[in-house]
Amino acid sequence: MAQGKGFTEQHELHKRRLGRNVGTALCLLGFCAIVFGLTIAKVREGGLLEANDHVPRASMLPITEDTQ
Amino acid sequence: MSDATTNSQVRAANYDAGFGDYFALLKPRVMSLVVFTALVGLLVAPGSISPMIGFTAILFIALGAGASGALNMWFDADIDAVMKRTSRRPVPAGKIPAGEALSLGLWLSAISVVMLGLATNWVAAGLLAFTIFFYLVIYTMWLKRATPWNIVIGGAAGSFPPMIGWAAVTGDVSIASVLMFGLIFMWTPPHFWALALFLKSDYDNAGVPMLTVTHGRKETRSQILIYTVLLVPVALGLALTSVAGPVYLAAAMVLNAIFLKGAWDIWQRDEAMAEADDYAVEKRVFKFSLLYLFLHFGALLIDAIWRLF
Repeated sequence: MAQGKGFTEQHELHKRRLGRNVGTALCLLGFCAIVFGLTIAKVREGGLLEANDHVPRASMLPITEDTQ
Repeated sequence: MSDATTNSQVRAANYDAGFGDYFALLKPRVMSLVVFTALVGLLVAPGSISPMIGFTAILFIALGAGASGALNMWFDADIDAVMKRTSRRPVPAGKIPAGEALSLGLWLSAISVVMLGLATNWVAAGLLAFTIFFYLVIYTMWLKRATPWNIVIGGAAGSFPPMIGWAAVTGDVSIASVLMFGLIFMWTPPHFWALALFLKSDYDNAGVPMLTVTHGRKETRSQILIYTVLLVPVALGLALTSVAGPVYLAAAMVLNAIFLKGAWDIWQRDEAMAEADDYAVEKRVFKFSLLYLFLHFGALLIDAIWRLF
């Protein structure tokens, strides 16, 4: 129990699980970095970029002189 | 309830698993072989891949292999506990509950397959998913406890990584990638049976139907020679494909000659001779088999770099 202890005092569980928590945090940060890096790499590859951006998707428009 | 189970539960009640224990669930040593062979498959494949995408592909292939390792440890905790070699693994040692190993394995499997598919293509992701399925269901759940040929068929799971690395670049499967698969597939039985010859009591105690237990050690020695003979044409056949060059050809000829000689030596020995020198030849061939695979894939890598200049 943390009763009577200061608000900033660490619970014993935090000390025991520090390694695990730091490891998990680093893994999550690494995952974010990978997703970001992948996004940059995919954008640089220059494929057709389309998303649900509430405007007509170029690839779905019928081919006419205007859309060509 | 066995003593081993009781001890594990007592330890589990007083132990907080650290990050390293979870990492150990992923079988990092097996993962290193997966990373290396997948990397070679990816680098020798025709075509190009962005370094970031290539790095991500290898990372998630390794993560998929780690996931199947965790699932294997979940299912095999009972036999791991009675084998000296595996008794200190996190689940049998009581450091991590089996349910956590299962949940980690399933989550990592899903993440690795989806991320590999998004990063590269769905052929590579499909092969990774099949590998995890094969290792868990076909090998771990079914063959390992059912037949002494568990190593032969189950070895396929460890043979897929170069094929997945290749598919990450090309999006397909080719003769060269099938032969890289075949090289590991045919190498696995003599490699593991050499180990089983000098780790006799471990497999006996666990009741795993290793060839040494079901068919005897003399038969195992014969099978090591047979599979090594069958391995040679696969290893040399790879030299005829476009991914190999003079370095691979030279390496394959030397390495296969040495491996064949080792298998021949094992075949010619009996148990009395082996016990007299504490399985020196069997241990030597087992250690060489590790080098054999590493150097074959290393030679492919050197040839690929050579072609760049």
